[in-house]
Amino acid sequence: MDLELIVFWLLSFITLGSALSVVFLTNIVHSALALIMTFLGVAGIYLTLQADFIAAVQVLVYAGAVSILIVFGIMLITRGSGNMQETNLFGKYKYTAAIVVTFLFGVIVYFLIQTPWSIATGTLPENTVSGIAHLLLSDYVIAFELAAILLTVSMIGAIVIAKEVKNFK
Amino acid sequence: MITLNHYLLLSAMLFCIGLYGALAKKNAIAILISIELMLNAVNINLVAFTKYLTPGVFTGQIFAIFVIVVAACEVAIGLAIIVAIYRNRTTTIVENLDWLKW
Repeated sequence: MDLELIVFWLLSFITLGSALSVVFLTNIVHSALALIMTFLGVAGIYLTLQADFIAAVQVLVYAGAVSILIVFGIMLITRGSGNMQETNLFGKYKYTAAIVVTFLFGVIVYFLIQTPWSIATGTLPENTVSGIAHLLLSDYVIAFELAAILLTVSMIGAIVIAKEVKNFK
Repeated sequence: MITLNHYLLLSAMLFCIGLYGALAKKNAIAILISIELMLNAVNINLVAFTKYLTPGVFTGQIFAIFVIVVAACEVAIGLAIIVAIYRNRTTTIVENLDWLKW
C-alpha cells in the first residue's frame, strides 16, 4: 500500500465524514464549522490530483470567504430564537429524499462501472498556473471578463437586496 | 494505485450527501450549504478528468475555476435573499415560505 493511496483514503474520510456531519448535525453553527473542514478536505483532494492552483483558490475562496459569509448570514437570521440546538432540523421530505438519493447514487455507480474510460498516459506538468493563465487570457478571455462582470453585478445585487431599498416618491 | 474511479466515486458520494441535505433540510441556509457541497463534488470530477483523461489540456481546471466564481456569486445573492425574507417573515423555515400556495 503506497503513500499516495493512504493520503487519498485519509482525505476522503475527512471530506465525507465532515460532509455527513454538515447534513446530520442539528446546530447550524456546527454545520457551518464542519463545512469548513469539508472545503479543506476537498482542497487536499485537489493537491493529490496535482491541481495546486485550484487547491489554493479553494482554500482562499471557499474556506476563507464563503464560509465567513455563511457564518455572518447565520448570525443575522438567528438572533431572535435564542435556542441554537435545533436550528437545523429535517423537514417532512426526509424519507422521500433518502429514497431518491439512494436511487440516484445507484444509477451513478452503475454508469461509472459501465463506462470504458480511455485513460491517457501523459502526465501533468509540474506548474499548472502558467497553462491555466495562458488559456484564460487566450481561448477563454470572453468568459474570463464575463466572470468579472458577473462578480460585480452579483455584489451590487446582494447589497441592494439585503439593504431593502425604500420606495422613493 | 489510485484510479479515476476512486475520485469519481468520492465525488458521487459527496454529491449525494449534498443532494440529501438540499432536499431534506428545513433551514434555508442549510439548503444553501448543501448546494455548496454539490458544487464541490462537481469540481472534484472536473479536476480528476483533467488529470486522467486530458493531461496537458487545462480545460477542466478552467471550468472548475468558473464554477467556483459562480458559486461565490450564488452564495452572496442567496444569503441576501434569505436576509430579506427573514426581515419580512422572521423565519427561514422553507416550509413556512408559502406565498405562492393558496
